[in-house]
Amino acid sequence: MIEERFDAIVVGAGMGGNAAALTMAERGLKVLQLERGEYSGSKNVQGAILYADMLEKLIPNFREDAPLERHLVEQRFWIVDECSHTGLHYRSDDFNEEKPNRYTIIRAQFDKWFSEKVREAGATVLCETTVTELLQDSHGRVVGVRTDRNGGEIHADVVVLAEGVNGLLGTRAGLRGRPAPDKVALAVKEMHFLSRETIDARFNLKGDEGLVIEAAGTISRGMTGMGFIYSNKECISLGIGCLVADFQRTGETPYGLLEGFKRHPSVAPLIEGSEVKEYSAHLIPEGGYKAIPQLCGEGWVVVGDAAQLNNAIHREGSNLAMTSGRIAAEAICLIKSRKDPMTAKNLSLYKKLLNDSFVIKDLKKYKDMPALLHTHSQNFFLTYPQLFSKAMQDYVRVDGTPKLEREKLMLNSFIKARSWSGLFSDALRIARAWR
Amino acid sequence: MPREPSQRVEDKLFYNRYLVDSGRAHIKVRPHTTPSSRLLSMLKACPARCYELNDKGHVEVTVDGCMECGTCRVICAESGDIEWSYPRGGFGVLFKFG
Repeated sequence: MIEERFDAIVVGAGMGGNAAALTMAERGLKVLQLERGEYSGSKNVQGAILYADMLEKLIPNFREDAPLERHLVEQRFWIVDECSHTGLHYRSDDFNEEKPNRYTIIRAQFDKWFSEKVREAGATVLCETTVTELLQDSHGRVVGVRTDRNGGEIHADVVVLAEGVNGLLGTRAGLRGRPAPDKVALAVKEMHFLSRETIDARFNLKGDEGLVIEAAGTISRGMTGMGFIYSNKECISLGIGCLVADFQRTGETPYGLLEGFKRHPSVAPLIEGSEVKEYSAHLIPEGGYKAIPQLCGEGWVVVGDAAQLNNAIHREGSNLAMTSGRIAAEAICLIKSRKDPMTAKNLSLYKKLLNDSFVIKDLKKYKDMPALLHTHSQNFFLTYPQLFSKAMQDYVRVDGTPKLEREKLMLNSFIKARSWSGLFSDALRIARAWR
Repeated sequence: MPREPSQRVEDKLFYNRYLVDSGRAHIKVRPHTTPSSRLLSMLKACPARCYELNDKGHVEVTVDGCMECGTCRVICAESGDIEWSYPRGGFGVLFKFG
C-alpha cells in the first residue's frame, strides 16, 4: 500500500484526465495520475482533430512545442452512394491564421507531450498501472482506488474518473450502468503513410495546411455511421464508425466496412500506394445529452468520454473531455481552498459549472438528434444518399430529356421512395431535433 | 495491377504492437452449451475477430489481438455472457499512433 495520501487521484491519461491533473497540479494540489498504458497515450485512440481554444485555456503557448500535424483549411462533407459522392466543400484562407483554430493530431504522440506538461506541473504520473476498483467506505463514499500493483491501495480526498468510454470503474462501483449498444459507436481506423508531397498534391494543400473529409451514405450499408479522412503531415487517418447496435443487428463486420470505404472510387485514389502502419478500434459515445450519467457523488467526479460527453453531430469529443476535466479540477480546487470536504453536495459545483459551459449547452441543443438518426438509419444513411446521388447525376447529365420532364422524374423518385408524408415528417423531425 | 486490399483481420493486426499477458486473458466467455445470439454476433462485430466458433459449437475468445475497444463488453457483459476487464497495467495493445 502506498502510505502517501493524495489530494486527488486521476484515473486515466487521456484528454480529460490530463486536463484535470494539470489544472489541479498547477494550483498546488497533490495529484496522482494512474494510467494503464506503457506511457500516456499508448491506449488512446481518436481521429484526431484538436480544437485549439480548449487547449489554450490549459496551455496558452502549446503551439511552441506540441506535436501538431496540420492546421485545417478545408472541410469536405460528402454524401456517397456506391460510385459517387455529392460534396459540400468549405475552404478558406482565413484558416491560415497566426493561431489556427483546428489541427490534426496523432493521439499517442500528442498525449505523451500533454503528459509531460502534467509532470512538469508537479503531478505524480504512474503508468503501467490498471485501477481495478474504487475504494469505498461503509457509507459508500469513494476514498481512493485499488490498483493491480502489489498492495495497491491508494487513498485520496477525491477521485477524478477519466477512464474513457468504457467507464469500467464507475460501473463496478455501481455509480452508473454500462453504455448500451445503441448509445455507442464502434469506429475502426487505419494509418496510411504517404510522402508529404503526395498528400499535398492529392488534397491540394501546401505547407502545414490540412483537410478533413467526412462521408455518410451507402458506405455504412444502412447503419447509422460515418467515414472520415484526416490529413496529417505524412500520413492519412482513415476510418469508419457505426452504432454498435447496428453491427449487432446486421452482422456487418467493421473491417469489411473499412475495406468498402477504402475501395470507394472517390477514396481509393487518395490512398493509393500508401503503407498502412496501424489498425485501431475504439468506441465513441453517441447517446448525447440523454445518456449523460450522474456526474459526481461522494468523493468522486467523472469527466470526458466516461461521462459520455460527446457531441456526435459536430464530431466533438476531446474538447468536451478537456473542458470537463478542467472544470471538474477547478471545482475541486475551489472546494479545497475553502477547506470543505469532497461531498456530493460540494462537488455538485462541477455539475453547475459544466451546465453553464458550452459542453452541456451544446449537448442539450441536440438532445433529440441521436434518437432520430438511430431509429431511421435506413432512410438517412441509405435511401436519401441514393436519391441525392441519382438526382445529382440526372441534373448534370445531358441527354436530350427536357428539363421539366427530368425534374418531375426526380421528384417522383423521392416521393416513390419516402412518400409525401414521409418526406414531410423527415424534414420536420430534422428541423425539430436541430433547433 | 492494383493489389486488391486484404480483408483479413489478421493482416491488419500484424501492423500493431502487443504485449500479451500469457495465461491471463482479460476477457472470459461464460461456459455454455448453446451460444446466445449476443455471443454469436461477436463473431462478426469484434473488430479484431477475437471471437470464434469452435468445433463443439461454443464461442471462444482469444484476446491476443484485442484492441480493447469494449464492443463485446457493450453487447455481452450485461447478460453475463462474458466477463470483461482491462489487461494488467502495461499489457495488451500498445498503440504507436492511436
